[in-house]
Amino acid sequence: MERYYQPEIECASREQILSWQNERLVKQVRNVWDHVPYYRKKMEEKGVSPDDIKGVEDLHKLPFLTKDDLREAYPYGLLAKPLGDCVRIQSTSGTTGKRVVAFYTQHDLDLWEDCCARAIMAAGGTNEDVCHVCYGYGLFTGGPGLNGGSHRVGCLTLPMSSGNTERQLQFMVDLGSTILCCTPSYAAYLAESAIEHGVRDKLKLKAGIFGAEAWSEEMRQDIQNKLGIKAYDIYGLTEISGPGVSFECSEQTGMHINEDHFIAEIIDPNTGDVLPDGTKGELVFTSITKEAFPLLRYRTRDICVLTREKCSCGRTHVKMSKPMGRSDDMLIIKGVNVFPSQIETVLMEQGYPANYQIIVDRVNHSDTLEVQVEMTPERFSDNLGKITEMEKELVAALKAMLGIYAKVTLVAPKSITRSEGKAVRVIDKRKI
Amino acid sequence: MTVNQISVFLENRTGQLADITAVLSENQIDLRAISMAETASYGVLRLIVDDPQKASAVLLEKGFIITMTPVEAVLVPDRPGGLSELLAAVSKADIGLEYMYSVIDRESSNAFMILKTGDNAKLAETLEKNGFRTV
Ligand SMILES: [Zn+2]
Repeated sequence: MERYYQPEIECASREQILSWQNERLVKQVRNVWDHVPYYRKKMEEKGVSPDDIKGVEDLHKLPFLTKDDLREAYPYGLLAKPLGDCVRIQSTSGTTGKRVVAFYTQHDLDLWEDCCARAIMAAGGTNEDVCHVCYGYGLFTGGPGLNGGSHRVGCLTLPMSSGNTERQLQFMVDLGSTILCCTPSYAAYLAESAIEHGVRDKLKLKAGIFGAEAWSEEMRQDIQNKLGIKAYDIYGLTEISGPGVSFECSEQTGMHINEDHFIAEIIDPNTGDVLPDGTKGELVFTSITKEAFPLLRYRTRDICVLTREKCSCGRTHVKMSKPMGRSDDMLIIKGVNVFPSQIETVLMEQGYPANYQIIVDRVNHSDTLEVQVEMTPERFSDNLGKITEMEKELVAALKAMLGIYAKVTLVAPKSITRSEGKAVRVIDKRKI
Repeated sequence: MTVNQISVFLENRTGQLADITAVLSENQIDLRAISMAETASYGVLRLIVDDPQKASAVLLEKGFIITMTPVEAVLVPDRPGGLSELLAAVSKADIGLEYMYSVIDRESSNAFMILKTGDNAKLAETLEKNGFRTV
């Protein structure tokens, strides 16, 4: 039997949803115009005023926001409420110095937790469940979001955070965890560890809510078989709130977007034109209920498809496919956002040639990052210690920039293929 | 005598070493000594050849990264404890030894040590003073 956290919203008629969206969008645009000078300026440049936005059909008139805007406006430039009204900050991982921070009022947190509660109940959660959250807690939205949602559903919540696999398994066995929330790669790792430690049969898990990274249908089958659970996908981004922007239902054919809070559009990433439902393009979100950090037409850079076909679960909200790629070159490595340009900057600063290659792989369910860079005559020395020292400095500089460890491999000159046209800078070997 | 050692950057990829020896033999360069210092992913190959200028030219042409390093070649006295006498003399003179490797001369069957220090002049002087033959 399908369970809903807020059935009157999740299964509302399309007319009702549209009417909420129209009303909330008009109000939100006015609010942003009045309180966010950064966005007001963008609207003025585009010649749009709040009076031009009478409903969802006028949404396309508004200017886009991108991650660059968030960095430029860092930290308070997109805030629509006085700091005194804000109660929480969350942040995206990676990119030191250029972090993206998002602010929340208590009301924002409440709505975010509602979204997560919808996801947990869609995965079959009730107040009888023991919800085991091993997403990271802290600036990362994974832990706090699912934790809040779990409280709302009334689950007994285990705020495990990430790491320490043996302790995770021990708590799962001793306290009878029934719902597991973590990244899919960690779920796969836990499954293997449980089998290895001989505790697989002692687990009471029935469902898992896995997100924050890309995973395939094959991986889903693998996790489901190994843990004997049903595995649900969940999607979100800190800029918009966190996990729970959309979530999977029992049909497992896409994630329902919480349209009472977020309006989704698919655009052509090159022209910015809105594309019809069913067309692959870049996903754009407009927050219509957020108070502190209301982003309008935020470009996620995730490529996916929206479908409004009737879902057997009874929910009426639009479904998005799993992201099929990115419209920029961002890589998500160990949950951290990495841009090749950041690596290039470090190499230039350290005096290395711009010819480099980034190799991303997944070994034992954990992402690895390797940067191959060519040795140059100027840097070469007969002294192996000096070369090792140089390598260590580069590793440290990359760590400082990216926030994660990158293995550095010095390779022979001209051994990195110089292709004509676009250079192949990134080799992603991860089988997702 | 101070000789010019050629150091070559080597990626840990099979075949690179064979490429180098092939290039040298094609150009009739006689390889007198070879030594390798390496980490898990790369290494420095050290070569003593009969014609360092020619060898460096052909290696550069093949795209290898090289550097020339002056090192000292010393005959190891052919008696028990010969090597330790040599090292003791170097240590006593307070000369920092960066690395060394041995080589057997094919014609004379004599054992030589190749020594790399920070101060070649002082090393040569010390060796001479202690009666070691450099070549
Ligand atoms: Zn559904």
